[in-house]
Amino acid sequence: MPRTRLTLKGVDLRERPLPNRDSRSTMSFNKLSPRRLAILTLTAALLLLVTACLPDRPQSTFGPEGKIARDQLHLFQFIFWIAVIVFVAVEGVLVYFIFKYRRKAGDTTLPPQIHGNNRLEIAWTILPVFILAAIAIPTYRTIADHKDPPEGDALKVEVIGHQWWWEFRYPDLGVVTANEMHIPINKTVVVDLESQDVIHSFWIPKLAGKTDVVPGRINVMWLVADKEGNYYGQCAELCGLAHAQMRFRVISHTQENFDKWVKGQTTAPPQPAANSAAARGAQTFVTKGCLACHTISGPDAPGVQEGRAQGFEQGRAVFPAPNLAYFGDRGTMAAGLFDLTEDRLAKWLQDPDELKPGNRMAELAQAYADPGSKLSDADIEALVAYLMSRQAVKN
Amino acid sequence: MATIAGGMKGRSILRRPTGTEGIWGWITTVDAKRIGVLYGVTALIFFIAGGLEALIMRVQLASPEQNITSPETFNQLFTMHGTTMVFLVIMPLNAAFFNFVMPLQIGARDVAFPRLNALSYWLFLFGGLFLHVSFIAAGPPDAGWFSYANLTERPFSPENGIDYWILSLQLLGVASVLSSLNFIVTIINLRAKGMSFMRLPVFVWMTFVVAFLLVLAMPVITIGLVLLMFDRFTGTSFFIPSGGGDPVLWQHLFWVFGHPEVYVLILPPMGMVSEILPVFSRKPLFGYKFVVLAGIFIGVTGFTVWSHHMFSVGLGPIANTYFATATFLVGVPTGVKIFNWIATLYKGKLTFETPMLFALAFVALFTIGGISGVMHASPPTDLQQTDTYFIVAHFHYVLFGGAIFGMMGGLYYWFPKVTGRMLNETLGKLHFWFMFIGANLAFFPMHFSGMAGMPRRIYTYDSDLGVGWLNMISTVGALIMGASFLFLVYNILHSLKKGKAAGNDPWDGHTLEWSVSSPPPIHNYDEIPTVRSNRPYWDQKHPELAEHGVPPPPPAPRKNKHIALPSPSYWPIVLAAGMTIAAFGALYHETILPVLPIGLSIAVIATYAWVLEPPIAKQAEGHH
Repeated sequence: MPRTRLTLKGVDLRERPLPNRDSRSTMSFNKLSPRRLAILTLTAALLLLVTACLPDRPQSTFGPEGKIARDQLHLFQFIFWIAVIVFVAVEGVLVYFIFKYRRKAGDTTLPPQIHGNNRLEIAWTILPVFILAAIAIPTYRTIADHKDPPEGDALKVEVIGHQWWWEFRYPDLGVVTANEMHIPINKTVVVDLESQDVIHSFWIPKLAGKTDVVPGRINVMWLVADKEGNYYGQCAELCGLAHAQMRFRVISHTQENFDKWVKGQTTAPPQPAANSAAARGAQTFVTKGCLACHTISGPDAPGVQEGRAQGFEQGRAVFPAPNLAYFGDRGTMAAGLFDLTEDRLAKWLQDPDELKPGNRMAELAQAYADPGSKLSDADIEALVAYLMSRQAVKN
Repeated sequence: MATIAGGMKGRSILRRPTGTEGIWGWITTVDAKRIGVLYGVTALIFFIAGGLEALIMRVQLASPEQNITSPETFNQLFTMHGTTMVFLVIMPLNAAFFNFVMPLQIGARDVAFPRLNALSYWLFLFGGLFLHVSFIAAGPPDAGWFSYANLTERPFSPENGIDYWILSLQLLGVASVLSSLNFIVTIINLRAKGMSFMRLPVFVWMTFVVAFLLVLAMPVITIGLVLLMFDRFTGTSFFIPSGGGDPVLWQHLFWVFGHPEVYVLILPPMGMVSEILPVFSRKPLFGYKFVVLAGIFIGVTGFTVWSHHMFSVGLGPIANTYFATATFLVGVPTGVKIFNWIATLYKGKLTFETPMLFALAFVALFTIGGISGVMHASPPTDLQQTDTYFIVAHFHYVLFGGAIFGMMGGLYYWFPKVTGRMLNETLGKLHFWFMFIGANLAFFPMHFSGMAGMPRRIYTYDSDLGVGWLNMISTVGALIMGASFLFLVYNILHSLKKGKAAGNDPWDGHTLEWSVSSPPPIHNYDEIPTVRSNRPYWDQKHPELAEHGVPPPPPAPRKNKHIALPSPSYWPIVLAAGMTIAAFGALYHETILPVLPIGLSIAVIATYAWVLEPPIAKQAEGHH
């Protein structure tokens, strides 16, 4: 193997005599060892925590998998290292002074009465300006870069925040779903954010930072996912009782699989076989009043959810609720709270408040508010069968 | 004076009380020092409440998916914790120091308007109690300390908790504005001879800046609260989108108040630290003028950065860029202050009594809060950090690591002046180390739980998030921190009776308050001293080193000299009570209408009596 020659100004570095590293480092260690050790340990601990522990967590901002989140992390890292330098410098001098200028036992003399130093004042007024300018410039760049989605083909999704779940509408595709947002990879997704009740905040830590979901206005944000994945999202603005449980997922597919998903969501699922449990469930769904809030086939007609929201504000026992047309296809239930299983669904139908305290269904739905309409075990079994059967035709 | 007092002769109700003993002495007091003690004791009691609320939350969050508190209780806990700590602990603790220390430091006998000062205290006390009545009456408020509309509107918060919150903040707001006006007038008018503005102790300067911040900021939130009250009581829709309102308007009104409010909380402890560090370094404060100017600059800039609390609201790239820039700028004067504090230590002869330990910890911990503040001054990074535990970590480093540590320093520093007795040093150091270790264990891991995706204000979190161990550390830290205050409580109770006698000047102080007895006489100074530098008392002790020479010692007080001090008064507490009763009446206007006019009538009667009572009790004239 040919040896690569490391040279500097024509001198082979390998042949230069190395300074005696060992003696140098021992010297400085002896001089400052406790303080230096403390600083080194602290820095090492910080580094370990930051780099080793966190990126794999499902909501970790240290593991971005899309442009927006990645840019945000890169900017953070840049600021972080400046911050580490400032931190070590300031705290280092502070700690050094604390040790250095301790009063010796028995010393009662006064130290020099220094009132200040104008040059120093000017220096340490200007120094932070430069540091902050260094942070400001990439900040401005990132703001400008994220302002508008890149030119070209984009998928448009309308996200509507409700207490305490998420509605996703695809206006160009005729699809409405809840709590699981499907997107294609490597494609800009432009998200219009609206709320029909209070303020929420839309956050998928691995894909993009927060944008608030404010009633009465439409906020627009965009994101891109690099690869296929199932990403955690969560409401980040206090929105009432079940705020902690207003979660969602973003599922990214290849374009091909995304198109398949869209096709499934626009083809009516088969009707349950006559006399099956599912068929009885379909009946129960109507007689127990579930339809008042849940649409069960096709996308919600325009204005229906808005009507429910207004009804609630006027004191009626209705509230916008998730579209259940393809409920059986979902991986999670109760706004990203649990994996969807028949057992869990049955428990939910028995007592929604037990699984997700404060939710609107437990508060308002006839089946829970009115003891006379209570769901029997048979009702629940039938409803579970029906809801789980609401699946797209597999192709 | 004589004519008014004479005219009132025979109407016993308008005769001013004279006694200063017992409970009535405290209720009718108009002495700023006593009012300061009242503020301090009350705030420490509220501190216990707010601290216990925090501990319950930390226990609930110690592990994922726990159900120790319901979500409803949890929301109430963080709302009450935040509101209590801001309005009923840090602000009144600062007010305690303003009242006790500031007049002494400027060489005044009292504040400019003693009865108004008493009114401020009683309004604060009643406002705080009013808020806590909600625990029994309605269920406490649960929308967070900044209570974003439209979650606070009737359809989404039908209970009365929010109304208690609104009306309580109104009462507390009146208290703050009145006391701030009082302090402004006091500092402008009652300074000792020769105490020019650039000779004011830094603590007095910070009092002055904070008073202006409050006078300018409080009206803004008052407007917000009144609009919200209209929405909830009369069906208007200032913050209701379907009625043409805008919930974001609330956020602007809140943070135009809320950001200066943060500086209201932190500037006074900065002032305290600027008093403590020089004394225990045995040097003057490094760069006095720059520390003062930086404080003023921080105060002014505080009004220009409010929307950095709202980067995710969607104000647009231009607004976000502006607010980011303004926020970066705050870093400059903050840095200047930190550098000057550290430079004060340079070549000093440092000793580490408890006040000094707290002051040094203030510098160390506030620096961390300042640095993390710069991290989310940048909107793109803030969008990942806002509303997560990263923010919780940041503002606890500023408000606990900063404000509370600073005020604990102030407490240990001035307690001897207030009571005449020293706090125990061993207990003080135990308190310090428990609090220092506990606070860092509690708050430092929150940076990481936030960056790992844990939002704030959630009562539970999934074990998937992988932040359980970080939360466990935080909880252990919080418990250690809680335990540290047992040392403080015991120390105070123990030292009040058995503490070492303090003498006038236990720390070799720089400022005038150390020149009088501990506790000081009711009139503070027999003769008002003359001032030639910003270390007037130190100059007296070290005439050979005094920069501008030492003024001649004040002449020996004439015997039987009459020092006119205002007499105690019943009317401040009655007026405050009337306003509080009126607030209850407003709250329950639909069920028990007459309470509102009754409360208002009491307030009006008290105001008239206040105006008509003689300035000095007949019986008190000729005393001293």
